[in-house]
Amino acid sequence: MRKTLRDIAHARAGDKGDTSSIAVFAKRPEDWPVLREQVTAEAVARALAGLVRGDVTRYEVESLHALNFVMTSALEGGVNSSLNLDSHGKSWSYLVLAMPVEVPSA
Amino acid sequence: MLRIGSGAGFAADRIDPAVRLIEQGRLDWIGFECLAERTLAQAQTVRAADPAKGYNRFLEARMRACLPPALANGTRIISNMGAANPRAAAEAAARIGAGAGVAVAYVTGDDVMHLIGPDTLLQDIGMTVREFGRPLVSANAYLGVEQILPAIESDATVILTGRTADPSLFLGPLVHAFGWALDDWAHLGAGTLVGHLLECAGQVTGGYFADPGHKDVPGLADLGFPLCEVAADGTATVTKLPTDGGCVTAQTVKEQTLYEVHDPARYLTPDVTADFSRVRVREEGRDRVAIAGATGGPRPETLKVTVAFDGGMEAEAGISYAGPGAADRARLAADVLRQRLKDIAALRVDLIGISSLHGTLAAPSNLERSEDVRVRVAARTDDPDTADRVLWEVEALYTCGPAGGGGVRGQVRRTFVTHDAYVPRDAIRAETGVIRP
Repeated sequence: MRKTLRDIAHARAGDKGDTSSIAVFAKRPEDWPVLREQVTAEAVARALAGLVRGDVTRYEVESLHALNFVMTSALEGGVNSSLNLDSHGKSWSYLVLAMPVEVPSA
Repeated sequence: MLRIGSGAGFAADRIDPAVRLIEQGRLDWIGFECLAERTLAQAQTVRAADPAKGYNRFLEARMRACLPPALANGTRIISNMGAANPRAAAEAAARIGAGAGVAVAYVTGDDVMHLIGPDTLLQDIGMTVREFGRPLVSANAYLGVEQILPAIESDATVILTGRTADPSLFLGPLVHAFGWALDDWAHLGAGTLVGHLLECAGQVTGGYFADPGHKDVPGLADLGFPLCEVAADGTATVTKLPTDGGCVTAQTVKEQTLYEVHDPARYLTPDVTADFSRVRVREEGRDRVAIAGATGGPRPETLKVTVAFDGGMEAEAGISYAGPGAADRARLAADVLRQRLKDIAALRVDLIGISSLHGTLAAPSNLERSEDVRVRVAARTDDPDTADRVLWEVEALYTCGPAGGGGVRGQVRRTFVTHDAYVPRDAIRAETGVIRP
């Protein structure tokens, strides 16, 4: 069944300099394998195409059922030189949460 | 068991949740984290204009509100509200607490302008200060527990620092209370998680979290700030006052655990290389979440320095269009602005309501039918006249632009750009002073 990631996950974005990080968490343990398999670094890079000009690195935290994405050259120069209204990239977690995912039918 | 609360997560955070937490939380300590990356550069320019200023602009208001309940409940206060001028901040706090005989400690030594030269490498961009080429405003090293511990060990009720690693403000009292050694990496890692969860205040109690229908938060308008009940082994329970709004759940704690963390197994602070990669959270009651599993390894040998430069001026202005054809009229206004301001290299035009925050995406959203659209133009320049012209051109759209444009607002503000350098730990000369009544 096709859903958006927001149906099965929650996320929070943060920034340090020109690096953005977005942590994505499975809402239920049974959704964790879907995250691990489908929310790849490549998929996140596609969701943020144009915004992120550097690399996307994915870290897994099994004990929190979490994926942490770290993106370099991601904030149009960083919080104090970007002309984006959202110079911190706070809203970018919702670009990732808008990603389509295929969830096994119950 | 130590009870430590959080009274602020940024420079202009609310004061009333901190007051309630001190009054009702039976706290041993409360920490106020008030310095973002560029806050200190702004404070440095304030100090340059007035040597008695340069500390957090809400310091006096916070002290007037928080000192009386802190004294009544035996709660000590620690904060980086000293910003660019910890000594002046301590003098200001001491004046407010003078009637009650309050001693205020301060820590200096984070200002390392003398260690920064033209050949200093800005590691995040791989350029030297000379190559970067903009005027230097401030350079402050992130101090850690080692540098602030003497102030914590003093008899001062209030401790004010400048640039300090955010979690260190909370780890310091834990190290002091439990007698952890400064190379006891496992405990320092566990305590760093406590500090990391507290440093953004309301972000672990339901702030920056609510998403109606997906993540509902009760009483968001009366959001409470968090406190941790910390055991001597570094495990802790995150909670809040039951009468405050917000919530502490496994989800809020998980989100904050990884907030602004890069490699979860290597979270670098001046105190420890913290390892959050095996953290466990467990809901043990309403608004009570137990945390365990954080640990750590040896601290880095260098300290991170935030080097701030003059970033020039940012001019920002907007005008709105609503009703039938609003999107087309807004696009026409944007075209006019791009033509009139085409000589400005660093220029951005957004259509708020159609495409703005995510406007740089390769495939931005395009809500053709929006009937309430704001044209926003932003520009960066070193020339004051150019900055003024951005505002002028937007205002001119009233009479020279598309039909029905309203609500012009604009501002020009000074900006700062920050980059990272690193200095040897032993180059830092931290000093502690205590101002007594």
